[in-house]
Amino acid sequence: MSCSSCKSAPPNPDSAIQDGEHPEFPSGSTNPCKLCTPLGACLAFKGIAGAVPLLHGSQGCATYIRRYLISHFREPIDIASTNFSEDSAVFGGRKNLHTALDNVGRQYRPALVGIATTCLSETMGENMPMLIGEYRTECRERNAECGTDGATEKLAAGASDTAGVVPFASESETIRTPQSEFRNPELVHVSTPSFKGTHAEGFHAAVRALVESLAGTPPSGARSDPLFQKPRLAVFAGMVSPADLRHLRDFCAAWGEEAITLVPDYAETLDGPSWTDFERMPSGGTTVEELRALDRATAALEFGHSLAAASATAGTHLKTKFNVPLHRLGLPIGVRANDAFCTALETATGREMPARIAAERGRLVDSYVDAHKYLAGKKAVVYGEDDLVAGLAVFLAETGITPVLVASGERNRRLADAIFAAAPELRDRIEVREGSDFGDIEKRIEELKPDLLIGSSKGYKLARSLGVPLVRCGFPVHDRLGAQRLQLLGYAGTQQFFDRIVNALLEAKQEHSDIGYAYL
Amino acid sequence: MTQPLEILPSRTASIAEAGKAGGPLRCGKASVAGSVSQRACVFCGSRVVLYPIADALHIVHGPIGCAAYTWDIRGAQSSGPQLFRNSFSTDLQELDVIYGGEKKLERALLELIAKHKPKAAFVYGTCIVGLIGDDVAAVCKRVSAATGLSVLPVASEGFKGTKKDGYKAACEALYKLIGTGDTTGLSPLSINLMGDFNIAGESWVIREYFERLGIQVVATITGDGRVDAIRRCHGAKLNLVQCSGSMTHLAKKMESEHGIPFKRVSFFGIEDMSAALYEVAKFFGGEELMEKARAVVRDEVGKIYPQLRTWREDLKGKKAAVYVGGAFKAFSLVRALRTLGMRTAVVGTQTGHADDYATLREMCDPGTIIVDDSNPIELAKFCLERDVDLFIGGVKERPIAYKLGIGFCDHNHERKECLAGFVGMVNFGREVHASVCSPVWNFVPRRANRLRTADCGVRSEGAANSGPKETEAA
Repeated sequence: MSCSSCKSAPPNPDSAIQDGEHPEFPSGSTNPCKLCTPLGACLAFKGIAGAVPLLHGSQGCATYIRRYLISHFREPIDIASTNFSEDSAVFGGRKNLHTALDNVGRQYRPALVGIATTCLSETMGENMPMLIGEYRTECRERNAECGTDGATEKLAAGASDTAGVVPFASESETIRTPQSEFRNPELVHVSTPSFKGTHAEGFHAAVRALVESLAGTPPSGARSDPLFQKPRLAVFAGMVSPADLRHLRDFCAAWGEEAITLVPDYAETLDGPSWTDFERMPSGGTTVEELRALDRATAALEFGHSLAAASATAGTHLKTKFNVPLHRLGLPIGVRANDAFCTALETATGREMPARIAAERGRLVDSYVDAHKYLAGKKAVVYGEDDLVAGLAVFLAETGITPVLVASGERNRRLADAIFAAAPELRDRIEVREGSDFGDIEKRIEELKPDLLIGSSKGYKLARSLGVPLVRCGFPVHDRLGAQRLQLLGYAGTQQFFDRIVNALLEAKQEHSDIGYAYL
Repeated sequence: MTQPLEILPSRTASIAEAGKAGGPLRCGKASVAGSVSQRACVFCGSRVVLYPIADALHIVHGPIGCAAYTWDIRGAQSSGPQLFRNSFSTDLQELDVIYGGEKKLERALLELIAKHKPKAAFVYGTCIVGLIGDDVAAVCKRVSAATGLSVLPVASEGFKGTKKDGYKAACEALYKLIGTGDTTGLSPLSINLMGDFNIAGESWVIREYFERLGIQVVATITGDGRVDAIRRCHGAKLNLVQCSGSMTHLAKKMESEHGIPFKRVSFFGIEDMSAALYEVAKFFGGEELMEKARAVVRDEVGKIYPQLRTWREDLKGKKAAVYVGGAFKAFSLVRALRTLGMRTAVVGTQTGHADDYATLREMCDPGTIIVDDSNPIELAKFCLERDVDLFIGGVKERPIAYKLGIGFCDHNHERKECLAGFVGMVNFGREVHASVCSPVWNFVPRRANRLRTADCGVRSEGAANSGPKETEAA
């Protein structure tokens, strides 16, 4: 494996066989540093209020992705499937899709169903706009037949049988849905073939699909937007933790009057409290109304050093279609990226950095100074989604730690440029690898001899074999508690992360010392 | 609750109640689209069965997801090679989908075999492979000829059936190895352990019991599995099939082709573990062997019983919901819960057969809900209706239990606790007790006002602390 933009890209000595079709990437993957695109789409949809993700494909995709997300978030994560059989693979998934939408509607009464197509339905070439259009027409006809609110009655009849009452259920618990509760949900489709891109790209694609489908619909003249009585900022934060989302909301709110629409916003939906009673769907999330009103946003902020170079994103859509000013920024980790974030907020709001934020910045810089000698000359290997690793590399460079190897499973050829544009001092000093996996990282790590690893739980085995600390962040973190609450963003989030890094190194130093110094 | 939880009309035939009249449960069918089934797919069925074969190369032919989600997720242990804990995939890209992935698969196999020197290779087909028409079998044949290794295609395309079809595909692949090894020197008292996956070392526990009877375990299929052991497992005199859903197909095949009889057993719980030992003793015959079996049971039960009794005091009358993969495990759990003084109020499986559900209807107390291929809303509804204190399931069910303030015991393949054998019963009891009697429920809103855990008392904590000693000794 090699990468055109790396400082050093040694040819893979193990591979005598030439890969004619993909000269830059190997013939397979060993221990992947990425997941499939539908996972990212499901995560994004989980951040929309009342949304249920629906995967158009085999049952296993939904179940594997649920299990994977649950092991990170430790929250209920319901993902529906259209459950393809051999018949659907041959004749198409129309019936499955319509049955699934009916059943999801009956069980969850969602405000929105986010439909993502898996590699199976993508390869079959399912015509999703047509299939979804047909379902909408069917729903309209049912509504017309039953009266506007009678859709549920008809849905019951539309399902495979009409058994009315569940055995053993109490008298009141019939299958009949209170009519007033049912509305046809918004249907948003995103194309997520897993043979193209990674989970991070699936996430961004879903965010874009949500905005493209809903922003400015119906046209603002035909809408009353009570939400937009005051100026509102749209923030596309990317794949960050629920705690980061909460902090971003506070951070932006500190600037004053603007209301904030985070897209997606799984701050509560994926980090909720213990229930008083069963919750069919968690509370929280970006509402459909907020998504509709995005055309009137004062400004949009979109995070990701790499995403900033992508041609079509949620942010670029708002900009080109609705003239919403767009600030394309790196993930706000470290002083520089947060300064750029603050500058964008100053431009968007016309107000200066609030004292509280300035104090957080001051404390972060102060801690850099306190720690700088512990960190001097330290080498880190950083892996994960492209925007995350770019953000981490730029931040680490500020502290004196050299991110000697920055690896990502993405193959979009943006990563190295993104890093060097934001942290020019790293140019020619680090190795950046796209299309990487842990087999690849392992090959480089023996030579690089890092002092620590930074990334998801997936690096644990390598860290263990090297005997160096792993500072967990990103996705997934399934061998520690509190992945939802790990913070990276803002000066204060960086502060928490920075302290963890320094302390991991101090702990390693203490553990490996014969003397066992009590003061460090 | 603001709205009643409803059950889809197309699902009602898959739900029954013990003690009430009714026809056979609807089961063994594809999941209802949009129902949010807890099941996975054909690929999953094959992958769980073959995964623990430690010295084989397991490569997933398809886009990255299927390989990524099954990378080292289970508690299956190996006493030697760790190759199986890696995730290998052809990571198919768009061009491969257009032009076919055969060349890429062949290159990947040759590279990985050269690098890792496995004893055999399993190549798992995924949805997309079934669709683009890659001839995986032909590639396997070519690589096999080039390397001299058994390279076995597994027909596990996700959409071609249910998880059960995946089990079958795995059995077919395994069967290609069986009968290819030398069986000389095998004891006349020899068995294979089938359908135990050595989660947290469970196969080792079970193997040791049988060795104490003087019975040789030829192959553990597939826990702590080795290719060479599987090759010669047709030399054993009896197959013990634990996870019957996954392995009965292979056992039947070995019975018809190699004349080896099989017995369905379970190693979970005192009753079932003891029954398995007696069954084997009876099969080989002789009072001496039976006496040895009795001695093992006596020794082991004696070691664990005092501890179980203290927990039983605390757990008496508490109710459990069980939702697991296969029915045999469900039977064992109903019995094991009784040993702990608990009652099963809800029991379901992903892949049970109609006669399994009939058995559950008989063995469970009247009023117990019995369900096939359930989903989160149903499970939550049942837990609330039956007001259970414990849920036994896997990672996907855990948040349902926790959010509702219900204790939880992981009995899935991902667990890291040994729950089989007599020692496993102590671990099970400890885990159940620790969760059901935890003080945290006093703060959970749904239960805070009831303080039902107060009756677990102080003594229980002491008992829990004194528990591990016996376990370690065993």
